Amino acid sequence: MFGLALVTTIVLIAILAPLIAPHDPLAMPDPVLLRTAPPSRQFLFGTDAFSRDVFSRLLFGARVSLVVGIASAALAVLIGGAVGIAAGLGGPMVDTVLMRGVDVALALPRVFILLAALALWEGAPLSALIALIALTGWFGASRLVRAHVRQLAEEPWAAATLALGGGKRRLARHLLPHVAATIIVSATLDIGNIILLEAGLSFLGLGIGPPTPTWGNMILEGRDLIFAAPWVAVAPGLALTITVIAFNLLGDGLRDALNPRGTAGRWNRLTGSV
Amino acid sequence: MARFALRRVLAAILTVGLVVSITFLLAHLAPGQPMLADAERMHADPARIARIRAEFGLDRPLAVQYTMYVGNALRGNLGESFTMRRSVGEILRERLPHTALLAGAALLLAFAAGIAIAAIQATRAGSWTDAGVGAVTLTFHSTPSFWLGLILMVAFGQWLGWLPVGGMTTPVEHEQMGMMGRMVDVGRHLILPALTLALVLTAEIARYQRGALVDALGSEFVRAARAKGLAERAVLLRHALRAALAPVVVLAGMSVPALLAGAVLVETVFGWPGMGRLTRDAIVTRDYNLILGAAIISGALVAIGNLAADLGAHALDPRTR
Amino acid sequence: MTTSPPVVGPALLEIRDLRITFRTADGIARAVDGVDIDVQAGETVGLVGESGCGKSVTSLAILRLVDDGMIGTGSSIRLEGRDIMALPGKELRAIRGNHAAIVFQEPASALNPVLSIGDQVAEAVTTHQKVSKKEAWDRAVEMLKTVGIPDAGSRARGYPHQLSGGMRQRVLIAMALICRPRLLIADEPTTALDVTIQAEILALLEDLQRKLGMAVLLITHNLSIVAESAQRVYVMYAGQIVEQATTAMIFAKPAHPYTEGLLAAIPRLDQRRDRLEQITGQVPPATAWPSGCRFHPRCPYAWDKCRTEMPPLLDAGPGQKARCWLVEEPERRADGRTGKQADQQKRPR
Repeated sequence: MFGLALVTTIVLIAILAPLIAPHDPLAMPDPVLLRTAPPSRQFLFGTDAFSRDVFSRLLFGARVSLVVGIASAALAVLIGGAVGIAAGLGGPMVDTVLMRGVDVALALPRVFILLAALALWEGAPLSALIALIALTGWFGASRLVRAHVRQLAEEPWAAATLALGGGKRRLARHLLPHVAATIIVSATLDIGNIILLEAGLSFLGLGIGPPTPTWGNMILEGRDLIFAAPWVAVAPGLALTITVIAFNLLGDGLRDALNPRGTAGRWNRLTGSV
Repeated sequence: MARFALRRVLAAILTVGLVVSITFLLAHLAPGQPMLADAERMHADPARIARIRAEFGLDRPLAVQYTMYVGNALRGNLGESFTMRRSVGEILRERLPHTALLAGAALLLAFAAGIAIAAIQATRAGSWTDAGVGAVTLTFHSTPSFWLGLILMVAFGQWLGWLPVGGMTTPVEHEQMGMMGRMVDVGRHLILPALTLALVLTAEIARYQRGALVDALGSEFVRAARAKGLAERAVLLRHALRAALAPVVVLAGMSVPALLAGAVLVETVFGWPGMGRLTRDAIVTRDYNLILGAAIISGALVAIGNLAADLGAHALDPRTR
Repeated sequence: MTTSPPVVGPALLEIRDLRITFRTADGIARAVDGVDIDVQAGETVGLVGESGCGKSVTSLAILRLVDDGMIGTGSSIRLEGRDIMALPGKELRAIRGNHAAIVFQEPASALNPVLSIGDQVAEAVTTHQKVSKKEAWDRAVEMLKTVGIPDAGSRARGYPHQLSGGMRQRVLIAMALICRPRLLIADEPTTALDVTIQAEILALLEDLQRKLGMAVLLITHNLSIVAESAQRVYVMYAGQIVEQATTAMIFAKPAHPYTEGLLAAIPRLDQRRDRLEQITGQVPPATAWPSGCRFHPRCPYAWDKCRTEMPPLLDAGPGQKARCWLVEEPERRADGRTGKQADQQKRPR
């Protein structure tokens, strides 16, 4: 699948960044003469206001985006999955309380809360950022998982597990492989959104700050130079778009592969029973 | 129907209350003092800091501050903005319509375009057109809105010079224009930011609606409609679209949080004087009352959006009644 | 109104050499492979067969409700003398729901859930006649009364999910008949319903047919339904017609082993049986019809010729044809039996 290939490429690039990058992303070789130099063979995407190589910064920026994207998505889906299973298997009381809570939480303006939290917590470390994003974003996953769990619980083998004396815990364990598909698809599709979210936060001056390059803060720095030196802002934007497309393609592909929706050709669709 | 609406309204109020409370807690529990970021950084005189704290009631216990705030808020007094030295209520009243204009325009645009695109794709499902349009919507869905805004600004504002570069009105000249002129002026400034905000949402609506329409077009009742002799256009509009509309309306209502988030970014990029930019500035400068005011508005808007979505779906799909 | 003047031909509906193919993941499926059907004005004709034989898609093809690309170029469908395949879109649409109508199988899904009953029935009127919305609505309510829906006026304002299966089927019938078509194609009209309701619906159809003087093509897998209502029957298997005869002949003296099998499978109260009869085996996939006679793998009489040569429709009696080599070699019937049929001979009837 194209999505998978693209994602793998990007991940590899990010991991190998220190080896691939032609220059040190933080180095400022010549702040006067090499300031905002246009793309050349030496500086593939030119340099920024501090004469830093945009290309190298781009490669390192990938690391931040990917780490935040994947880690937050994973964490969010873990929390959401746990809550979803608890709600799906728990008694009606537990289910109602949890799901009402989720309903209200889904209504909260996520970005606002993130902004407030980040602004008020100056110098928050990367792990805090990941945690915050995850904590404000697990609600959708919990709904999905709960629905799936309830569906599965109707099946005969689930009743059998309970009848044979297995408690709810055991049932939960049996359910995991099935629910895993839903969880994985949900997480993958989330990654793209989270990457954009992180970039947006960086752009607003929150999130990971300079001098560490993130695609978001690169665009911020490039903003004032947009007319004079467009490459500073354009390159990271393109990188973001391509990366998010890649994860979306991957997510779509996974979803289609794991949940075939009976696209059984025109025969069945046309006639039902022939 | 009335009970349904009542429950929803209560939920809305609950949401607003929750947002305010969370913001309140965050503001107080986070390291550092609200409102004093700049003052502290400049190592201001401790006595002065103490005075400011007293002035804004920051030296009272948390619960008391909370109660005071809620009490005042319910009476319409949202306090004063530290950075702008004006009543928060006044600032909000000024800025909110600008964001409403922007977000409203974007939502309408996205809705109309999204459904149209989805219809084009669904009626040609599986063709190259479908795939091509799908690729375009995927791309826009994946593009950072703030970056897109920048690009558009450069392209249309700078290179082509067709549209103004940022802001909501042309400085100085705006005051001298007549009513019509002023509207046109705002309109011209509105195009790019609204377009930016709309593009990403359009892609999402189109992607979502395409699936719903393809399902509807393949359904038995659509075949029955064709068997009655209806023309393809009538089938699409009266049957397929009608049946697939409810979920998309819900989606639109639920996108309010995303719209608001997008507004923060887009307003910042284009210098649009709205709530979004205000929120960001308030947060960064730790302007406490302003932050809380913005929180209330945010929460309220989201709640209204959800409410509208629910009511809309209810009205469109008789099975839910 | 019409571009070609209707030729007053012998049959209301004339299908000749209908071939319908699909592309599937497993290859090309020849769902319908050379089918000829005639329906005269005012008569009821049954089209009987198991799931997978191609009968439903045949019915859809009559009104060109399948993708044109799937219908073979040699196929001809004439309705009231007009060539359906050659009609431009506008004229085709003028026929659908108007001169010929279909009642679909699944009342639950054939009605649009978000539009009112009245709107959907009235739509059939406004599509073909220039009447005011009010008048169309009134006619719809009248029709709903005619098909036996109680309290039609307020039901019309309601929605499909508020009705039971039997009621919904009546609505579908109302929708189909409101423009008084000359031909009604009823695709498994009772399959999705309870047995008790089935009888009511069939009675309703018969009644309406008499009143409106229309022809009915009744498609079903259930031979007993056909016994009641139809004058003639076509039996379909593996995309082909394997037997056609008057209803009486089909039941008294079936000429094709498949028909025999279908008849034997009908539970009867006046026979002592320990087990229900079945036709052994299953319908083969449309992508891989068997060689020779397509029924041979399941046929108790099959011999070498059946495996290699496809029989044409042979005359088996007055007004009866069967696609079976037994018609030419009837003696094989007595001595060629194997298995169950042989046992059956020994048990007292």
